[in-house]
Amino acid sequence: MASYNSPTDYISHHLTNLKVTVASGWTINLDTVVNSFVLGAVTFGILFMVARSMTAGVPGRLQAAIELLIEFVNSQVKEVYHGKSTLVTPIAITVFLWVLVMNSVKLIPIDWLAWVTHLFAPYWRPVPTTDLNTTLALSLSVILLVIVFSVRAKGVGGYIHELFCTPFGSNPLLWPFNFAFQLIELVSKPLSLALRLYGNMFAGEVIFLLIGLLGAVGVGGVIVGGFLQAGWAIFHILVVALQAFIFMMLTVVYLSMAEEHH
Amino acid sequence: MDIGGTLVVQAIGFAIFIWFTWKFVWPPINEAIETRRTKIAEGLAEAEKGKAALAEGEKQKAVMLKEARDQAGEFKTLNEKQALALIEEAKAQAKAEADRIIAAAYAQIEQEKQKAKDQLREQVASLAVVGAEKILQREVNAQAHAEMLSQLKGQL
Repeated sequence: MASYNSPTDYISHHLTNLKVTVASGWTINLDTVVNSFVLGAVTFGILFMVARSMTAGVPGRLQAAIELLIEFVNSQVKEVYHGKSTLVTPIAITVFLWVLVMNSVKLIPIDWLAWVTHLFAPYWRPVPTTDLNTTLALSLSVILLVIVFSVRAKGVGGYIHELFCTPFGSNPLLWPFNFAFQLIELVSKPLSLALRLYGNMFAGEVIFLLIGLLGAVGVGGVIVGGFLQAGWAIFHILVVALQAFIFMMLTVVYLSMAEEHH
Repeated sequence: MDIGGTLVVQAIGFAIFIWFTWKFVWPPINEAIETRRTKIAEGLAEAEKGKAALAEGEKQKAVMLKEARDQAGEFKTLNEKQALALIEEAKAQAKAEADRIIAAAYAQIEQEKQKAKDQLREQVASLAVVGAEKILQREVNAQAHAEMLSQLKGQL
C-alpha cells in the first residue's frame, strides 16, 4: 500500500497518468491505452463469441442479454437515423458499449485498483474516460465520420457548397459568415461531446477521491466514508450509463444530420 | 494534460472496434434477431388463422347441431302422429269388434228367447189339450182335432 504525504498528493497521485515516451515528443498514457484496449477487447470479444453462436431459436441467457442491449441501441438508431448506411448501428453499439465499460471502471473502489496497480507501476489512472485523450479521440473520430457521411451523401461539391451556403444563404457576401458558422459547428460538436463525457467522469472521480480521503480521519471517517462511497457509487451507476447513452445518441444524431440536405 | 499520442492511439483503437463490430458482431446478431422476428410474425399469423378456422368450425358445429335438433324434433312429432294414428286405429278396431260381439250376443239372446217362446207355446198347447181332455172327460181324437189345436197354438 502506498502512503501519501498530503490530501493533495493523494488526489493528484490518483489522477496522474503513467506516461511512456515512444518517440521524441510522443508520449503515451499507457494506463489509458492498456485499460481501454483490454476493456474493449473483452467486451467485443464476448460480443463476437455470442455473435458466432447466435441462434434464431430460443436464446441462451447471455445471448438474450446481449440481444437486449443491441436491440436497445438499434431501436434508438432506427428512431433517429433513416438513411441507408449499415455502419450507423455498429458505430452506435461500439460507442455505447465501449464508453459504458470504460466508465464502469469507476464503480470499482479506486484504492482497491491502486492497491493492485502499485505492485507494477508508480501511477495507474484506472478510468480511460477521465483522460481527455480518450474522449477527444472518440469525438474527433465521430466528427470525421460525420464529414465522411456528408461527403458520401452530397458529394465533395455538395459538401463544400453546404460549407459556404448554409445556414444563411447562397449570396457570395454571406459566404464568409456561413463558413465561419460551419467551422464553429465543426469544432464545437466534438469539443462538447468530449468535454461533456470527460467532465462528468473526471468530476465524479474527484468526488470519489474526496470521499476516500475521509478514510484518513479515523474509524468514524471510514464508516461515514463507506456510506458516502456507496451512495455516490449508486448514483454513479446512473451517470455512467447516462453519459454513455448521451454520447451514443449525439453520435447518431450528428451522423443522421450529416446526410440531410439543406 | 498531454494531448497527442494517446489520442491517436485511442482513435485507432476506436476505428478497429467499429470495424470489428461492423464486420463480425452486428451482422450475425441482427440476422438472428430478424429471423426470429419473422418467425414470430409467421407464428402469430398462423395462430390467427387457426383461431379463425376454429371460429368457423364452431359456427359450422352450431349449424349442424341445430339441423340435427330440428330433424330430431321432426322425427319426434312424426312418430307421435303415427303412434296416435295407430292408437286411434286400434281403438276403432276394438270398438268394431266389441259392437260385433254385442250384436251377436243380442241375436243369440233373441234366438234363445224365440226358442223358449216356441217351447212354452208347445207346452201351453199340450197343457190346454190335457185340460180340455179332463174337462170333457173323454178321449179327444188328437188326429181329428189337430187342425183346431194348431190354430189354437198359433193364437197363443
